[in-house]
Amino acid sequence: MNQGRRSAWPYLFLTPAVVLFTLFLAVPIGYTVYLATRRTKVSGLGLGKGARREVFVGFDNFSAALADAELWQGWLRVLGYGAFVLVVMLGLALLFALLLDSARVRLARFSRIAIFLPYAVPGVAATLLWGFLYLPSLSPIRSVLDADLLGPTTVTYSMANVAVWGGTGFNMLVLYTTLRAIPRDLYEAARLDGASELQIALRVKIPILTPAIILTTVFSIIATVQVFTEPTTLRPLTNTISSTWSPLMKVYRDAFVTGDLYSAAATSIVIAAVSLVLSFGFLRVVRNHAFGEG
Amino acid sequence: MRANRLGAALAVALTATLAACGSGEPTPQSSAAPQSSAPAAQGPVKLTYWTWAPNMDKIVDVWNKAHPDIQVTVSKQAGGDDAAAKYLTAAKAGNPPDLVQAEYQHLPSFIAADAVADIKAETAAIQGEFTEGLWRLVTLGTEGVYGIPQDSGPMMLFYRQDLFDKYGIEVPKTWQEYADAARAVRKKDPKVHLGTFSSKDPGAFTGYAQQAGAQWWSIEGESWKVNIADEPTRKVADYWSGLVKEGAIDDMPYFTPEWNKALNDGKLLTWPSAVWAPGVLSSNAPKAKGKWAAAPLPQWNAGENVSGFWGGSSTAVSAKTPNKAAAAQFATWLNTDPAAIELLVEEAAIYPAATKAQSALGEAPEYFANQPDFWQQAAAVSAGARGFTFGPNVGVTYNAFKDAFDKAVQNKSSFAEAVQSMQDTTVADMRKAGFQIAQ
Repeated sequence: MNQGRRSAWPYLFLTPAVVLFTLFLAVPIGYTVYLATRRTKVSGLGLGKGARREVFVGFDNFSAALADAELWQGWLRVLGYGAFVLVVMLGLALLFALLLDSARVRLARFSRIAIFLPYAVPGVAATLLWGFLYLPSLSPIRSVLDADLLGPTTVTYSMANVAVWGGTGFNMLVLYTTLRAIPRDLYEAARLDGASELQIALRVKIPILTPAIILTTVFSIIATVQVFTEPTTLRPLTNTISSTWSPLMKVYRDAFVTGDLYSAAATSIVIAAVSLVLSFGFLRVVRNHAFGEG
Repeated sequence: MRANRLGAALAVALTATLAACGSGEPTPQSSAAPQSSAPAAQGPVKLTYWTWAPNMDKIVDVWNKAHPDIQVTVSKQAGGDDAAAKYLTAAKAGNPPDLVQAEYQHLPSFIAADAVADIKAETAAIQGEFTEGLWRLVTLGTEGVYGIPQDSGPMMLFYRQDLFDKYGIEVPKTWQEYADAARAVRKKDPKVHLGTFSSKDPGAFTGYAQQAGAQWWSIEGESWKVNIADEPTRKVADYWSGLVKEGAIDDMPYFTPEWNKALNDGKLLTWPSAVWAPGVLSSNAPKAKGKWAAAPLPQWNAGENVSGFWGGSSTAVSAKTPNKAAAAQFATWLNTDPAAIELLVEEAAIYPAATKAQSALGEAPEYFANQPDFWQQAAAVSAGARGFTFGPNVGVTYNAFKDAFDKAVQNKSSFAEAVQSMQDTTVADMRKAGFQIAQ
């Protein structure tokens, strides 16, 4: 009896987690995989009842997604965009975190909030706001800066700028919090040994920060692979962004514009696989640093 | 023992939820239900109606007061292609509304997805209220009737009267004159354009093509004929391609903040648009009120009176509704009852599809107060407007338009190639889905 009760409790405690996981993760993923192996087949005109049925097509949708040149060009565009965002955003975040943590900073609280604030602005609002700044006839910056900010080459950087503006604050805060957790005596010891502030930053703080930097990098990789809001919101304002600019935009287009849920499902699985490979690949490369001594 | 029972209960619960969520196909129970035998004596029939027409709730209130047994609830939607996508998704998920506002170009996609009901029997009496051209848009030339026409969008030329006078330009009667005027304007003031070509608005381009006589889709027996890159369409494409390339007209898309500003500042002198333009102009270019005038769309051959359609929509009944008869009854009232149409014109500012109602329109829209014969103009244009049957994958075609024309405008390459790309994309998508296509 007693033993029976003991083995029952764990299941009870697990139930909420298992139910939520099943309902909101396992089932949708399962359904996506199911959809990805199917396709509608119409006969004749495709009008009226019974003219359209769903058939099993195995891996057809996947091979179509993998063979789609537009999707790979989308990956290339996102790669260029992502490389720029990662370097600039994380570089700035690290710089700001170190500056705020340094002994001689003024207005630390104000600067911290000012840098973090853009993160609180929703992506769509931020992109619209920047979009209006980019538009030739409306923009105050365009009167000073004579460049087409929504041109074929510049548009990537204009979008990256929005992401950097919005994302730096969050990453800065993660790094800064880690910095604050470092015992102060380490710095004191370094100072006694004659290290300057710069040397402390480079030789003490950054090595200790490495796991946090890796963490923010992984999150940022996942976020840039899934870039969607910025290009989708800017698209109506310019004719340089196609409906398949990023892989996720292609998923949206397939599912909701051209009504092909099946291709969209297959492409989402491909995107998930690429995100996994990229983030785990990165983790593997930097494993020794990320998990300390190992 | 107890542990086992708990585990079993959990397993049952999980399987149940899995089964409930995993079955992607909506159960066919509703379509099996007989159409007209709405359960009597169970309170009023409740219908939901997806629409984006402004103030539709006020119009529906009038119906609800007069029909306590059929109560309609309006659910306001965002218009455009997104609304069509949302309806198709809801239909696929098995919980669409009972009634939906369906733009003519999206209706075939709804029919092909088996998302709208055939209401031929319910609408037999009202076919005569509409022109043959409009009625064709809700039947696709088949035996079925899949919606009731609500409004229509014959295209006209809207122009800045004051600035035409200032620059000494005559209202162009042909597209040739329009091109000449475009060049003349550029010479007089390099900051001003006569008009712009929007690569974001396939609907406008479709209207131009219809005016030129295009037939993008047609039905031949049991197969579709797709001919988007036909001769009239290529003529239209080459015309605009030339004007954009030489810089005679601008290439900024419609409905953007920049476009609004250009309209307000008098940097764009014309907008070839549809009869619903006064509503857009009054909200997007409030500063220019009373300065715009309407004229027939320029013609390809002098002396003709043909136009195309940009937009316009119908009221369709969902294939899944258990109250088809009641829904059709409401849709009929909304689009043919004189009192309802009057409300539609007044409250929702639509241009009614019903023939009688078009000629009954009196006072010009407030924004066009300077043009008292606005509606007479519209009726004359409407009489000469021609459409074509839309295909079952207009979403694909329109998306291909945006991508191909975006690129063409950006690279200043030929629009004829873009039209060909629309044709190829459309045919490839239809082939993939298995539609029968005639060569």
